[in-house]
Amino acid sequence: MKIKKKIPLIDQHDKYGFWGGKFGGSFIPETLKKPVEDLEELFNKLRYQKKFLNERDFYFKNWVGSPTPLIKLGNLTKHLGGAQIWAKVVSEANGGAHKIYNATIHCLIAKKSKKKYIIGDTGAGYAGKMLSMAAKKFGLKCKIFMGAKDIVRQQPNVKAIKKNGAEVIPVYSGSQTLVDAVSECMRFWVANCDTTAMCVGSTVGPAIFVRICGWSTSQISRELKVQLIEEFGSIPKKLKLYNCVGGGSSSFGFWNEFMDYDKKQVEFIGVEAGGPKKSKKHAAPLTYGSKIGILHGAAQYVNQNSDGQIDETESISAGLDYPGVSPLHCFLKNTKRARYTAASDEDALEAYKLVTKYENLNPSLEPSHAFAEAIKTAPKLSKDTIIIVNSCGDAKKDRDIIKKRLGKII
Amino acid sequence: MTKSLISLAFEKAKKEKRPALLSYTVAGDTSFQKSVEILISISKNVDIVEIGFPHSTPIADGGQIQTSSHRSLKNGFKMNHIFQIVKKYKKIENSKPVILMGYYNMIYQYNENKFLKSCKNSGVDGVIVVDLPWPENRKFAKKCKTKNICFVQLLSPTTSNLRLRKIIKDSHEMCYYISMLSTTGGKLKVSPNNIMKNYFKIKKIKINKNLVNGFGITTNTISGLKRADGLVCGSQICKEITNSFQKRQNPVTNVSKLVYNLKRKII
Repeated sequence: MKIKKKIPLIDQHDKYGFWGGKFGGSFIPETLKKPVEDLEELFNKLRYQKKFLNERDFYFKNWVGSPTPLIKLGNLTKHLGGAQIWAKVVSEANGGAHKIYNATIHCLIAKKSKKKYIIGDTGAGYAGKMLSMAAKKFGLKCKIFMGAKDIVRQQPNVKAIKKNGAEVIPVYSGSQTLVDAVSECMRFWVANCDTTAMCVGSTVGPAIFVRICGWSTSQISRELKVQLIEEFGSIPKKLKLYNCVGGGSSSFGFWNEFMDYDKKQVEFIGVEAGGPKKSKKHAAPLTYGSKIGILHGAAQYVNQNSDGQIDETESISAGLDYPGVSPLHCFLKNTKRARYTAASDEDALEAYKLVTKYENLNPSLEPSHAFAEAIKTAPKLSKDTIIIVNSCGDAKKDRDIIKKRLGKII
Repeated sequence: MTKSLISLAFEKAKKEKRPALLSYTVAGDTSFQKSVEILISISKNVDIVEIGFPHSTPIADGGQIQTSSHRSLKNGFKMNHIFQIVKKYKKIENSKPVILMGYYNMIYQYNENKFLKSCKNSGVDGVIVVDLPWPENRKFAKKCKTKNICFVQLLSPTTSNLRLRKIIKDSHEMCYYISMLSTTGGKLKVSPNNIMKNYFKIKKIKINKNLVNGFGITTNTISGLKRADGLVCGSQICKEITNSFQKRQNPVTNVSKLVYNLKRKII
């Protein structure tokens, strides 16, 4: 298994949509075969159309607010000693997280295919919030599927979704979290694929959804490359890109443009959700060596029992609380281009405390996982090493959890 | 070559000038023992039994089958159980064809070859894999064929004409037409007449292929569809099991009555 150079990673799949011959694919019911093929055809056409690319760039710039800032975390660097720590503040994007890129592209595609409705899943509520925003912007009716447990723990985003005029459909099956929301959303699409477009909220699902999402969030690394050259004159000799990994959309987007660099120069570190320290449950299939299985239409490393039943996960961070992970990350792990590790709930909370103490930055619990690993490693690294953490979400949505766990009001 | 039990079941129904009746129940619902008893009790009125192996994240099943699956998993269903259920059933109903239905991850984890071996040993006649569409399923379908197990190809209202032809060309003795855009157990949102119009369009491609209709089939809708080769009723049966369970009644007698009523409407 090898990564090819000069070919976008989203295109390095075989004719059935498998990366490295075994990750991804489209394990879908017959009914979805046609809508998925139609979407593939349309996306493959649009992504090379100048007009569509201009449209994308226009909305990314004028509506999403690209580029999002790259800032040095001077106080944190000084406190820790060692490597320089920077943050790409993607949470400054309209709506407060990277999910806006994928949502915007899916709505643009839905408009081109003349669909009137769009549906989507959400865990932390960001994918749902952004899809509802984009749907409103582009005049589409929108339904968001969300686990009942997540609805309780991510109220600020639920309110935002409703304010944007979208319907929130609570999902009561299974663990009542993201995994069940995605299943329910796919079931709804099976029954309504003639009138409705579906947006999968991360780089997961049947291959086409992995590709569209990866293509959309790659905006992050396109911006970062320009910003690095502006700041340092060239791409730094020792660069480490830290990112949390749930489904894997923000990390893939944060890394994509640097794929062809030697990993000794640009290293990718993905941080999964290890769950509570005391619990055996986690949401870190890459770190803890889960077996390959099929979840939501794609083959991937996934937490499951020996029978192939998907395990329940546990994490303080709703956005990372997913038993599987993008086929793209499985491919990056197997080819050793990226390295994966996990941070526990407690690690993430500690990191949140430290970052907010020293810096004027308010990362949500998802990127706090990435900060935890960066904080742990930075003191051991040389001063000319540049660490960049993708601060891909804002903690406003986590205010209830943070208040409860840290007694802190944000 | 001797004819398969599935082919014989369709022939028998045709002789009696009626569609074959196919039941769908979830293995291990409401318990291992009860699911066997239900199968035995409905046997005299059905021509082919479909048994589902429950999955925790089904992407094409509606509420009724999800509830049944959930109950079975909570009771500790394991893949081995399904073969024990088939074995027990076949001991009594030796000539009744059994089709297993489920999601690919379960087969993948069990191992394709081991799965087919267990199918063969327990007496399974056919397999339906919900999320392994054509052409991705060609390799597995071929493996089934070498074991004389029918791989049932699924067709849907969204399947293009060209695709229909290609799938049917690769299919075995039976195909399954999903009557409408829906998860299992949805309300019939297309008229039976329109379903049958589509049905015959497909049937014309290969007239002697056994083609069954499924999705949305209940005691209310079944008679309008009886010109088909076969009809599958699943969600209504699962719902009946749930109702009986909640009312603390015996699901065996209630489901048996329901299946009797289904049969009455197509003869």
